[in-house]
Amino acid sequence: MTLAPARQPDKVSAPEYKEKRSSADTAFQAIVGGCSLVVLIALGGLVVLMGVGGQEAFRTFGLGFTFRDVWNPVTNDYGAWAPLFGTIVSTLIGVLIAMPLAFGTAFWLTAIAPPKIAAVVGTAVQLLAAVPSIIFGMWGFFTIVPFMARHVQPFMMHNFRHVPGISLLIHGAPFGTGLMTAGIVLAMMIAPFMTAVMRDVFGAMPGMLRESAYGLGATRWDVMWKVVVPWSRTGMIGATVLGMGRALGETMAVTFVIGNVTSVGWSLFAPRSTVASLIALQFPESPVGSLRLSSLLALGFILMLLSFASLSLARMLRKDGK
Amino acid sequence: MSDMTTSSSGWAPNANGARRRRMDRLATLLGMVAAGILVLVLTSILWTLLSRGITGLSAAAIMKPMGPPGSGGGLANAILGSLIQTFLALLIATPLGLGCGIYLSEYGNRQNRFASCVRFVSDVLMSVPSILVGLFVYQILVAPFGHFSAFAGSVALAILAVPIIVRTTEDMLRLVPIAMREAGAALGATRWRVTLFLCLRSAKTGVLTGILLALARVSGETAPLLFTSLGNQNWSFSLNRPMASLPVTIYQYAGASYEDWVQLAWAGALLVTMGVLAINIAVRLSARRG
Repeated sequence: MTLAPARQPDKVSAPEYKEKRSSADTAFQAIVGGCSLVVLIALGGLVVLMGVGGQEAFRTFGLGFTFRDVWNPVTNDYGAWAPLFGTIVSTLIGVLIAMPLAFGTAFWLTAIAPPKIAAVVGTAVQLLAAVPSIIFGMWGFFTIVPFMARHVQPFMMHNFRHVPGISLLIHGAPFGTGLMTAGIVLAMMIAPFMTAVMRDVFGAMPGMLRESAYGLGATRWDVMWKVVVPWSRTGMIGATVLGMGRALGETMAVTFVIGNVTSVGWSLFAPRSTVASLIALQFPESPVGSLRLSSLLALGFILMLLSFASLSLARMLRKDGK
Repeated sequence: MSDMTTSSSGWAPNANGARRRRMDRLATLLGMVAAGILVLVLTSILWTLLSRGITGLSAAAIMKPMGPPGSGGGLANAILGSLIQTFLALLIATPLGLGCGIYLSEYGNRQNRFASCVRFVSDVLMSVPSILVGLFVYQILVAPFGHFSAFAGSVALAILAVPIIVRTTEDMLRLVPIAMREAGAALGATRWRVTLFLCLRSAKTGVLTGILLALARVSGETAPLLFTSLGNQNWSFSLNRPMASLPVTIYQYAGASYEDWVQLAWAGALLVTMGVLAINIAVRLSARRG
């Protein structure tokens, strides 16, 4: 190997068969290569078409479209800030709740639970990750929303109404829908997914490190906090970012529980809207070629950029970790 | 590694024994609570679905097509529409995903710029918001033709299924030992024969798992169908016209103010969830056996 370093770099998985290269081989490579090209074109087309469709909105309102806080179909005046705000805040709430949940579950499953119970609970968590998003939406609408309206919001109002700062965050009539509810439902959706990734990350650590720490008399939490977490930090952040990407673009679960009002404000319990929910609701009633349709496509383009950025970040972190 | 040494520099395993044990117990408790919450959520979802959906789930609901509120309509056309569109989506996605996965594993070494580009794009597609896929297909297959169609819905679902199939196919083919390829080549088989009849055959179970997982993912998708196949109140078998599907019907009925529609929405939700979970459990069981 060291004698011919120039010849060996790319022969890891598939040896080259130079001698027997028939025309059938060439055709085969062309076919599978063509399939790859179609995949490439699909995404390219997706990005380009969103941009082209949203062109009119960007031309009318300028790049400031992104930060304009109006969405008024009556006066035909649009800006992306309200739905963008809803998307970002609900995603942040979701990630903040989901991260400790996923970390705790992954910790319990990998280090503490007896293998048989861990297998059952692990399967349950994976099944939860497979539940379609519309089911999360319905479940949120019929269980979480009433719970928030009847218990959480009255409780918050009763106890924190006069606390400066917090009173701003909980202000509003107890509808039960809003950013907080959306964040909770999103958290329940992405937590199982993040748990699965974190379990893999924890499992990838050489067992020797864990064993030597135990050998020194460390408790299970010591091992987790001082050996496993430092070792897998980037992987864990990667898992979180992946979960964030899912929450950003989630449509169905959010549309049911966010209340769908295009406004911006401090209250976490007031109805808002997100980019995806606004597209889902308003697209069917936007005529072809209208400024409204173009604005929705421009919103889609911004969402695409956000999800693209989060995925690139996750990939970068994964590479750093290796 | 440097992280580990710095953070553990202040750590002496035999100091503060009581405090460390308390922390351990607290962490164990919190971890258990976290896992418990997730299990509770799954139980709550299943319980809600069963308790609300089972009443609406009758022979009539499955056999009769949708109808106006109060007329005793069912879900039959939505169920059939979902089956048709999902099946067609897999029919489009499977060859495409297999081809792309084969290309990435057999020809896509590190030097191949095109392959790493495709791999990245496939990753992006896997995490792209599904509603954007719906918008995309609307722009290429609905707007130019001036009408919604079941075919457009299938294409949107296929775009979501392809990256899953690509990923599993590539991973599974990479697991095939090089010795197997060399043995094939030594017997005089051409490369495409080796790939298709040796590698793909020995990776069959894994590849099939990927296709099934894609099926499970796609069959519950609602957002990409909203602007493509739209939904339909009546029987329709034409791929060129709007077609009903279970998820879209659930979406339309769940927010309705008619009692029987809401009940049908729950019955539909129960059906979809059971289908998706059944596929997942089957995949897991077969993976354990294989």
